[in-house]
Amino acid sequence: MPFALLKYALSREHPDDPHFRWKPDLKKTYDVIIIGAGGHGLAAAYHLAKDHGITNIAVLEKGWLAGGNTARNTTIVRANYLTPEGVAFYKESVELFRTLSNELDINVMYSERGHFTLAHTDAAMRTARWRAEVNKHMGVNSEVIDAAEVKRICPTMNVTDDARYPVLGALYHPPGAIARHDAVAWGYAKEAMKRGVEVHTQTEVKKILIENGRAIGVETNRGVIHGAKIMQAVAGSSSHVARMAGLKLPIKTIPLQACVSEPVKPILDQIVVSGSLHVYISQSARGEMVMGGATDAYGLYSSRSTLDFKESLMGHMLELFPFMGELRILRQWAGMADMTPDFSPVMGLTPVENYYIDAGWGTWGFKATPVCGKRMAECVATGRQPDLLKPFALSRFDTFDLVGEKGAASVGH
Amino acid sequence: MSTSSPARIDKPGFGLLIDRTKSLSFTFDGRLFNGYHGDTIASALYGAGQVLLSRSFKYHRPRGALTMNGLDANTLVQVADEPNVRADLHAISPGLAVVSINRLGSLERDALSIMDYFGRFLPVGFYYKTFFRPAGVWKYFERPIRIMAGLGTLDPRAEHKYYDKAYLFTDVLVVGGGQAGLEAAIAAAEGGAETLLIEENSELGGSLLYGRVGDSREAADTLRRDLIARARSLKNLTILTSTAAAISGNRLLKIRTRQTIVAAGSFDQPIVFRNNDRPGILFATAAQRLMRLYGVRPGNRAVIATSNSFGYETALDLLDAGGEVAAIVDLGTTTGPAVEAARAHGIRIVTNATPVDAKGYLRVESVGIASITGQGKTSSVTDWITCDCVLISVGCSPALNLASHAGAKVVFDPVIQMHRAVNAPEGVSLAGSAAGLWSPDRVSTHAKETGAIAARLASGSPAGAQPDATDPGAASITHPYPIFKSAKGKEFIDFDEDLSVKDIINSVKDGYDDIQLVKRYSTAGLGPSQGRHANLNTIRVVSAVTGKPPEVIGTTTFRPPLVPEKFAHMAGRAFEPTRLTSMHRRHEELGAQFMTAGLWMRPAYYGPKDNAARAIEDEVRAVRNNAGLIDVSTLGGLDIRGPDAAAFIDRMYTWAYEKQPVGRARYTLMTDIAGVVIDDGVACRLAPNHYYVTATTSAVDQVYRAMTWFNVQWKMDVDVANVTAAYSAVNLAGPKARNIVQSLASDIDFSKDAFPYMGVRTGTLAGIPVRVLRVGFVGEAGYEIHCPASFGEALWDILMSAGKPHGLKPFGVEAQRILRLEKGHIIVGQDTDGLTNPIEAGMEWALAKKKPFYVGKRSIDMQAAKGITRKLVGFAVTESSAPTPKDCHLIIRNGAIVGRITSVVKSPTLGKVVGLAYLPLDMTDTGHRFEIRVDGGTMVSAEVVPTPFYDPDNARQEI
Repeated sequence: MPFALLKYALSREHPDDPHFRWKPDLKKTYDVIIIGAGGHGLAAAYHLAKDHGITNIAVLEKGWLAGGNTARNTTIVRANYLTPEGVAFYKESVELFRTLSNELDINVMYSERGHFTLAHTDAAMRTARWRAEVNKHMGVNSEVIDAAEVKRICPTMNVTDDARYPVLGALYHPPGAIARHDAVAWGYAKEAMKRGVEVHTQTEVKKILIENGRAIGVETNRGVIHGAKIMQAVAGSSSHVARMAGLKLPIKTIPLQACVSEPVKPILDQIVVSGSLHVYISQSARGEMVMGGATDAYGLYSSRSTLDFKESLMGHMLELFPFMGELRILRQWAGMADMTPDFSPVMGLTPVENYYIDAGWGTWGFKATPVCGKRMAECVATGRQPDLLKPFALSRFDTFDLVGEKGAASVGH
Repeated sequence: MSTSSPARIDKPGFGLLIDRTKSLSFTFDGRLFNGYHGDTIASALYGAGQVLLSRSFKYHRPRGALTMNGLDANTLVQVADEPNVRADLHAISPGLAVVSINRLGSLERDALSIMDYFGRFLPVGFYYKTFFRPAGVWKYFERPIRIMAGLGTLDPRAEHKYYDKAYLFTDVLVVGGGQAGLEAAIAAAEGGAETLLIEENSELGGSLLYGRVGDSREAADTLRRDLIARARSLKNLTILTSTAAAISGNRLLKIRTRQTIVAAGSFDQPIVFRNNDRPGILFATAAQRLMRLYGVRPGNRAVIATSNSFGYETALDLLDAGGEVAAIVDLGTTTGPAVEAARAHGIRIVTNATPVDAKGYLRVESVGIASITGQGKTSSVTDWITCDCVLISVGCSPALNLASHAGAKVVFDPVIQMHRAVNAPEGVSLAGSAAGLWSPDRVSTHAKETGAIAARLASGSPAGAQPDATDPGAASITHPYPIFKSAKGKEFIDFDEDLSVKDIINSVKDGYDDIQLVKRYSTAGLGPSQGRHANLNTIRVVSAVTGKPPEVIGTTTFRPPLVPEKFAHMAGRAFEPTRLTSMHRRHEELGAQFMTAGLWMRPAYYGPKDNAARAIEDEVRAVRNNAGLIDVSTLGGLDIRGPDAAAFIDRMYTWAYEKQPVGRARYTLMTDIAGVVIDDGVACRLAPNHYYVTATTSAVDQVYRAMTWFNVQWKMDVDVANVTAAYSAVNLAGPKARNIVQSLASDIDFSKDAFPYMGVRTGTLAGIPVRVLRVGFVGEAGYEIHCPASFGEALWDILMSAGKPHGLKPFGVEAQRILRLEKGHIIVGQDTDGLTNPIEAGMEWALAKKKPFYVGKRSIDMQAAKGITRKLVGFAVTESSAPTPKDCHLIIRNGAIVGRITSVVKSPTLGKVVGLAYLPLDMTDTGHRFEIRVDGGTMVSAEVVPTPFYDPDNARQEI
């Protein structure tokens, strides 16, 4: 048992300082206003404060702290993307994740489990090889392995020919990891607030104030505040908020559902994804199976849960893991995924001066939290698009310089 | 072992569900126990004196039954390969082997119970605060923590058992068969609606099965029998018991209903005091269930802690069952007939008092009581009362899960100190205690009106006046603050997660002051019982610490499912259709090895697996030298008819079709709105207003969806039918193909001039109605012959037999891939990626320049104007001794990725390695040399060559 826990036994009163120093009132003006207190917005606030010395920041949140997709994702972190631009970006994210607990002084439980992208068709094997080749080129550890090797690493998986869609092989990405999603966001919030950043929850932006093509402030349910720079990081609500700034995004919002099982003793170490079967699964430190599938079939601004999601997910889940039939689903939920046409995010400058966007995160936002926060902070602080973010600029949709990551999406869309 | 045990009650009115004449034996942790037919594991064990059932999640504290209704995590056990079985729901059967979970050593002497002493080292969220310094140590802590966590065990050898699904339809669905549900269902059925009542227990009646009406057990029983008799007499009322919404045994029920009435009752709430989790401390209703349903006395000497008449009623039950009531500890000053009756029995009643501590480890031995001096405040212990059970009744929390899943808002009602569902969506209503009503007469009136309204709405009539949903009696049910923090801790708010009051207080102190954050940080409500017994008290503590009333604190969201449901229930028979072509049997007979293509199975090649390469090469040679026959029934077929058929196809595909003559086929290329290539095929004009369009096997459903989707917007006069399954097809290809078709009786003239390349004919071939397309994917003279699927096998047989003298061989997908690549044909999805536009793919020729519109045109024009950066070209490997590259190997220039191979093959016909690759524009000139990085990092040289690699002048396919 770590010595750090001793103080709790020895002290009569709870010995910790609060993680969050909430400020009751909004100021009139800030240097930076960030809309959305999810992982991305909070990470950007932290890096603005820490790396760029900008601390007069308000992070505005319509709901509760990190209560959107940050709280709803299935916590997978990986860098095995398809395009060199994507791999470079997510590789930096993985590197930041590895030291994030110490950086933020909170255990984000970053756990490298190894990540399989299963292939059940020749086409999937080809995509796996493509990703592996690009990954290796960029220094990211990924290999194409055959079914026997899949079985050796993950002995409980059914890779026999009896399956309706037998496993032919996989893209195996040993650094693939899971982390405690809440702790990531809380850690950024805690460290940002320690440096003077204000986070205001239950504070909804109703209007973005624009003067002569420049963003100058926002109108909230708690009044008007002004900001020299404004950044939005609102995931499923990206199109709504961008429209307030006069921006039309090539984004479609589609629900993505997930569920967890009752906790059981460890039986699955790896993260297993099958795009063909619309299945992904990992076992959390608490023992729950954390599972998801394809996005819903149509766009919707709703986070309702559906029965057919579970039916289709479990039909395929039991192909891969027939022994899980008697395990029970404990809880089901949904988030809203903001999908771009090329399955890559949108980050950086916009046609509106002093207005910055972080959107289009679809089903892969959590894994980019640290790098996105760091680079968006750089972008907001300098007013220039950092090199790493250049391929992901909003303007790429006008010039058709897309970053095609559909082949690296975990599951069907 | 004797079947009679001191805990069993041998009196009439007790043991409704058990058959005392049928004794069963089973084992628990290897020890033999006896119970009766009708017993659950938990009731049989309790009846045999085994109160201890499990160890808790974190501190490994001993735990026993709490609800006796499958609603808590204390009763989780392992039964064979099924983890986390609710022992209080699972019936015993002869020889059943039950094993307790989450322990090291025996259940009585769990070595991990040492964790209980470490509680003070483990503040709320402790795992966020440590185990990460120095960097990288988490992985050493994670494994033991994972092993400590988790409850039951999965056996990786377990098999997927039989589960299925059923589909039910009704006008009115009533969930819950207690008093409210029965009354509502009867009223709905009497109102003329087809009504379905589902009840999760095996018997109808809900609390009428074990509780009292007023202070009378007889009144409850009479009411129950009367309601059931009336319900059973109604022909349009179907009743399903042992059905939780909505699973029955191994079957998932999918119920379509016009109106749903949720009468799912309510969840008991605990008193939070030190050691309130000791085995033998259970809800009063659990004690009543034990007695009335299973004939088991919860103890010989009980203390009842209550703030309402239900507690007093339970005392009367216990006396009837031959038990002793040491005291009733009343958190307030309850009045009513049950109180008078208890007083008349001479039971000691202590008012304005509460239990504050309990002694005993594996079972409660005594309880310390104290006077209440303020909200959550007490005197020191005034009395220790010896007892072997403590029965709790201090209020309820209505079961609002289903209404909330459906979209109702959950709000706190300070008058009844409980939550209510408001703004339920149309078609959903609540009844009984789920609606906040407790007094039997109020429940009755309200439920009847609710049922009648549902019947009216289901038939399309106006609802009429809403029923009065108030119940003055409800205000005295739930104590506003049954939480008594102890200086020594261990007063549990969440039994699943071993969370005590200080954990909630410290969550708020740590800054997590929103109820959602409290839940996530402390894990309150995240365990198997999903906060049924924890949420209300958590809200109360947060309210007390922050000074905000519970109605401002709000609540966390109810998430489905209502009760945990097995993966297998959702999967059912895991029915995943397999599509077989009409010729499938013949392929099997010929020894085909199959591959999956979407839902379809297709022959990859013919012959044994260990001879695959040779077999594929032979098939390629047969096509090149004589003739080959491939089953292409999986190709998508779309019949497009109507005056706007040509105009519609013009809008869907990139080329021009309006002037296409009847009797001709034309290549089709489909792009999405971003100009990305998504499919190809051919369009055959069979009549001026009738096209038959093919699509690729994998994309046809998407293509069909796109066509119908676009036409909803365009509103053109055209019908699109997906006839993929209606037609079978083969491709007969090779220099002898014409000889073969000409040897068969036909009204089609197959001569070269009469039926040229890209011609289309309809007619009969050997008596089979056919559509014949002269197209050439493999680069030889060939006929794609489509016929109604019912003729498919006959067509195959006739062609195979006619081809025999000409050396015809069947060939599979593998050979076809080689043949098409030799000819330089692309496969959409393999030689294109998620961004490929037609110009990059070298398909500019398939773009109609003059058309005003097709899907993707605007994007393609913009990209054409901007200029492309890469192009798909043919290449050949220059050194014959070099290793053969694989699809998706990368092209490297100066250490950077500049391109990718999309298809590559060692061509048996050409005797060299050829393929297609994307290259930057400055590398695409014929003869340009480049380097491919293959497996192991070896670099292989290749050069750009023109396509087709085979028969560049198309002399063979157009012959």
